[in-house]
Amino acid sequence: MAIDPEVIGRVLPSHSAEAEPGRLRFFAQAIGETDPVYTDVEAAKAAGHHGLPVPPTFLFCLLAEKPDPLALLDELGIDVRRILHGEQGFTYHAMAYAGDTLTFTSTVTDAYSKKGGVLDFLVQRTDVTRNGELIAELHNSLVVRNPEAAK
Amino acid sequence: MKLLLPRISRTDLALYAGASGDHNPMHIDLDVAKSAGLEDVFAHGMLSMAYLGRLLTSHVPQERIRSFNVRFTSITPVNARPTAIATVTKTENGLTYLDLAMTLEDGTVTLAGTAVIEGEIAA
Repeated sequence: MAIDPEVIGRVLPSHSAEAEPGRLRFFAQAIGETDPVYTDVEAAKAAGHHGLPVPPTFLFCLLAEKPDPLALLDELGIDVRRILHGEQGFTYHAMAYAGDTLTFTSTVTDAYSKKGGVLDFLVQRTDVTRNGELIAELHNSLVVRNPEAAK
Repeated sequence: MKLLLPRISRTDLALYAGASGDHNPMHIDLDVAKSAGLEDVFAHGMLSMAYLGRLLTSHVPQERIRSFNVRFTSITPVNARPTAIATVTKTENGLTYLDLAMTLEDGTVTLAGTAVIEGEIAA
């Protein structure tokens, strides 16, 4: 089922999330990160940081904390079992640290089909700000598999 | 630059689901994966991207990473053993450009991407 192109340009509701230190330590453990800069505040300070750094991909996790992460997929009639992550990108403007409250604002930038509708793509850009300062942009492409479209 | 990761266990996927907040059952619930026609669960793509992030930050301070982009080219089955690879392609105007890849033991490339780093990277 093709994604309704009307959705392109839609700015989704913003949400804010705090980078909690305990959560950052749990994340470091889950990805096997052993560099103490990511778990020990003293080591982070010795490396020139003022707190535990938010690691490169963790902004994606805070993005996923929006109150109803599946709302857009539900509205578009997309079954979560059919989605694959197609692409993910980060452009960094400033470091984020434990204790920061970050605001995420996503815009649907594209929606299209390939292979006669077997694959649908939904592309979003998310601006991440801290007190109004842009600290990063996330680029995300989701792929929706529609195997029955080939039959 | 290379980082050989341990085999990805079901426990790793459960921990990553909890820590990342990505609770998509396709990564942690065999029943749901089977209901979608798959034989087993598969790893979060973002877990592999996090491994690539570890490779980057083990060679350069994180504040020097300007951009980090990947395409997920193939799924990573549970129990696969990935290797993260980064290769310098050029250094220009004070920026170092890297090609990134995540490969499995059978040669499958699961992620392909690029990163741009401020300054040079010590070999």
